[in-house]
This record gives sequence, C-alpha cells and structure tokens, in this order.
Amino acid sequence: MRFMMIVKASPESEAGIMPSSELIAAMGRYNEQLIQAGVLLAAEGLQASSQGARVKMERGKLTVTDGPFAETKELIAGFWLIDVKSKDEALEWVKRIPFEEGQEIELRKVFEASDFPVDSVSEEHLAKEAAWREANQKPITN
Amino acid sequence: MSTNDAHRAIEATYRIEAPRLIAGLTRVVRDVGLAEELAQDALLVALRQWAENGVPNNPGAWLMTTAKRRALDYFRRNKMAARKLDILAYDIETDTEEPDPDKSLDDEYGDDLLSLIFTACHPVLSPDARAALTLRLIGGLTTDEIARAFLVPEPTIAQRIVRAKRTLAEAGMPFEVPRGSDRDERLASVLEVLYLIFNEGYSATAGESWLRRELCDEALRLGRILAGLAPREPEVHGLVALMEIQASRLAARLGPDGAPILLLDQDRSRWDQMLIRRGLAALERAQRLGGTGPYVLQAAIAACHARARRADDTDWATISALYAALAARVPSPVIELNRAVAVSMAEGPAVALPIVDAIADAPGLKSYHLLPSVRGDLLFKLGRREEARREFERAAAMTRNEREKALLESRAAECV
Repeated sequence: MRFMMIVKASPESEAGIMPSSELIAAMGRYNEQLIQAGVLLAAEGLQASSQGARVKMERGKLTVTDGPFAETKELIAGFWLIDVKSKDEALEWVKRIPFEEGQEIELRKVFEASDFPVDSVSEEHLAKEAAWREANQKPITN
Repeated sequence: MSTNDAHRAIEATYRIEAPRLIAGLTRVVRDVGLAEELAQDALLVALRQWAENGVPNNPGAWLMTTAKRRALDYFRRNKMAARKLDILAYDIETDTEEPDPDKSLDDEYGDDLLSLIFTACHPVLSPDARAALTLRLIGGLTTDEIARAFLVPEPTIAQRIVRAKRTLAEAGMPFEVPRGSDRDERLASVLEVLYLIFNEGYSATAGESWLRRELCDEALRLGRILAGLAPREPEVHGLVALMEIQASRLAARLGPDGAPILLLDQDRSRWDQMLIRRGLAALERAQRLGGTGPYVLQAAIAACHARARRADDTDWATISALYAALAARVPSPVIELNRAVAVSMAEGPAVALPIVDAIADAPGLKSYHLLPSVRGDLLFKLGRREEARREFERAAAMTRNEREKALLESRAAECV
C-alpha cells in the first residue's frame, strides 16, 4: 500500500532559506535507506508558496491568487511517496526522517484500486466514469 | 503507547530490519536457518524490552548486537563450532553500540544482503523453494502469508522452507556474492525467482485473496532492492522495468465482472503513470549499460505499449523487431507466436502467416490454444474463412477457460 509522507512548511521554508548542509546530507542518507529498502516511489521538495498560486472556483468563475500564503502550518513543503506493507511500517519510516525541532510530518494513505472492491462499484457508475474519462482525458492535440 | 501499539511498531521495525539482520548474521554463523532463528530471538527480546523502555535510537544496530550475543551463547553451548565462536567474539568486540550512520549503508552490508539474496536463490534449490525462501528471508513474509499467496496449505510452505534451509546447510555453500563466470548464471537464477513471484501475483484473478496481488508489490520491492545493490547489471534494471510497466496495468486488466481485458482493449487512462515513468527510467538505465538481454528486450516491448496513448498508436514495427531480437537470444515458439502477432499488426496477416506455420508442429505448443487462435485470426483477416473456422474450433476445444471458450466459439460462428 502506498503512503505519502508530507513535510509541512516552516517559516524558513516559506522564506526560501535553503536547509543546512548537514540536513541535506542527512536527507540524502535517509533517501538512500528508502531506496535500499526498495520502498521509495517518488520524493519532491517544494519551493516557497510565493512561487506558486491558488485557483478557486467561486460562483462559476475561476479566481487565481498568487502566493505567498499566510497560514504556514497548513502549507506543504515536500513529500515522499512510499510503497510499504502496512501503516505501521509507514510510521516506522516517518520516525526515521531526520526531523528538525518543531518539524511536523503528516502521513496519508493513497487510494488504490484495491480500495474499491470490484463489486462495490456499479456498472452504471463505471460507464459514467468511462464516459467522463473519454470526454476529459483525450489528448488535446493528435 | 499501549502494549499492542508497541508490538505492532516493533513488528514493523523487524520487517524493515530483518533482511539486513539475517544477512549480517549469516555472514557470521554461515547458516541461514540459524541466522533467522537468532534474528527472531532478538525480536522476542526486543518485544519485552522495548515495550517497557521504548524503541532505541538505532533499532537495527540494537537487534544486531542482541542477536550476535545470542549467537555467542549458542556457540558456547555447542563446542563443535569453536572456530565460529572466535570469529563471532571478535565481531562483537569490534562492534560499536551506535554505529556511524554513514557506515550502516556501507559496502559490507550491501554485500551481506546481496549474498543472502544469491544464497536464497541458489540453483541447488527448486524454483518454488527459492521463491518461498526469498519471500521469507528478504521479504519478511510469514509462512502463512506465503502459503495464502501461493494458494497452497501452510505446512507445505513451512516444509519447503525447512528443506531449503537444510539443503543449503548440507551443501555447505560459501556465503558470498558470486564473481566471474559463475555470476551470470547465478544472477539469472535470482531474476528468475523474482519474475516467478511477480507472475504468481500477476496471474491472480479478481476475487482471489488480495495477498496474491501483493506478490507483485513484493517482487517489485525485491527487484528495486536488487537494483540498488547491483546497479551495474543491465538485466536487473531490465527486470525491474518489465515489472514496473506490467504492474502499471494491474487496475486495467480485469473488468468489473472479473473477466480479463486484453492489452489492446484496456482503458489506458487507468494505467498507473507513475509506475510507467519508473519503468521507462529503469529501462533507460538498462540500455545505457548496454543491456540487450531477455529482460531488457521484454521491458522494451512493454515500454512500446506503455508509450502508446491509444492502442492504434502502438509502434508494431519496433515491437516485431524486438521480438525478433528476443527470439534470437531465447529461441522459443511462444516468442515466435508473439512475433507473428506483432508482424501481422505492422505488415499485415500475409507476412505473419508463414511465421505461425513454421511453428505449427512445435512440440511445446501441442496443447497451446493461442496457436490455433492466432492462426485462425490471420486466416480470417485473409478471407480464408473455412480454414479460420476450423482453427477457432480447435482452439475452443483446447482452452479450459470458459470465457475464452465462448469467445472462440463465437469467432468460429462468425466465419460461416
């Protein structure tokens, strides 16, 4: 099963301050452990929210708001995606992350096909979804 | 933390640490069975102590030191193994309680784990025994989990593992990473086991125990570990690429009624794009290393399908060339049959039919329903309907799968 280990933003990450070389080295060792254990699927670090934007649908219209965003604790600064056998195993990997004081990591389980037993999804729903995919996910060109 | 939570956390730690623990212990005691027992003893000690005092900072090192102390006790009782005792005592004396974090990933550990994989997959064992032992020692699965995944009774697996350990102990195999001319053959044996485990999971049908499907994940994880330990081996990356790409289709290959959906009919929006990306990256690594082995070629074929956004976009010319290269490396009528299908898509049924005719009498395909099924399809496309009907009927009589039988019978009826 897949889990996402989400790194919460901090005032430093939002200010665009790069982590110390010690932390970068520790992260490198941690990533190496994940790779050696065969569990790492993907990992990315995110730049400060000032480099991003939010898009919201309101009264049928899209509004774009450029970053930065104030509520630092609610923002994310990066993630790892891992494939493990249980939530306990995922938690063990979270505990091995090189934490800094005050750092918070959120662990979330990723939906997978196995979460939707074949017979729990009606034929009608599947047909609808297939039509939706057909309409929305066709390549635009070609 | 409740006792129950603590136990679950410790078991999860064990799953993470067990392979390196067993590998490190095997290097010292030279017996995988004994190494596994010592590792489990250490886990029992951990269950008692950690539940009271909390999990130590470096649980892996703690388990290793505890297990080695147990080994020392064992050998003190067993005077026959005096020499091993010396080695072990030296090993424990030179061990530090809190090892340098850089050191835990050093070559020695990597070599131990790689040696353990090579040992578990040793050709003296049958492929089934290799698979069970690998899942037990490196995958950390229980015998019950392995039994349920392979659809056999638990005692069968337990016995298979016990016998495999005994065979290895009696053969007195050196615990090492094979080098030189031996290496290719031994590596092929490892890759064969991983692919066997993967296919066991891949062939699982809807409604079967989810554990069977987990075999795919397990094989992938083992493959990724192996790729980390042996990064210069193109075939390892080739196998990983093949498994990643095939696994990307898991959600798309069974319909809501549980019927298998053929590759060309699958809803490609359901393919797992992340696994495809990982698979393509692994294939690129294999090709950069100059890989042209069977797994690299099969992965390259799988990649052609993965790259095509629609079935109609499939690059059949490249696929038929890859099948030709594969058939040259591993002559097999099944590969020829697949090549015929690709050639028919690329150049038309008239070019493909002689390829099928050339293998029509292959002894290995005597009861292989796909041979008349493919031949029937080619004849049908060429307008030779009477011959096509006979082939479809022959194929329908050969298959044991009811759905396939019905499909072939309806194709036969179409020919009239």
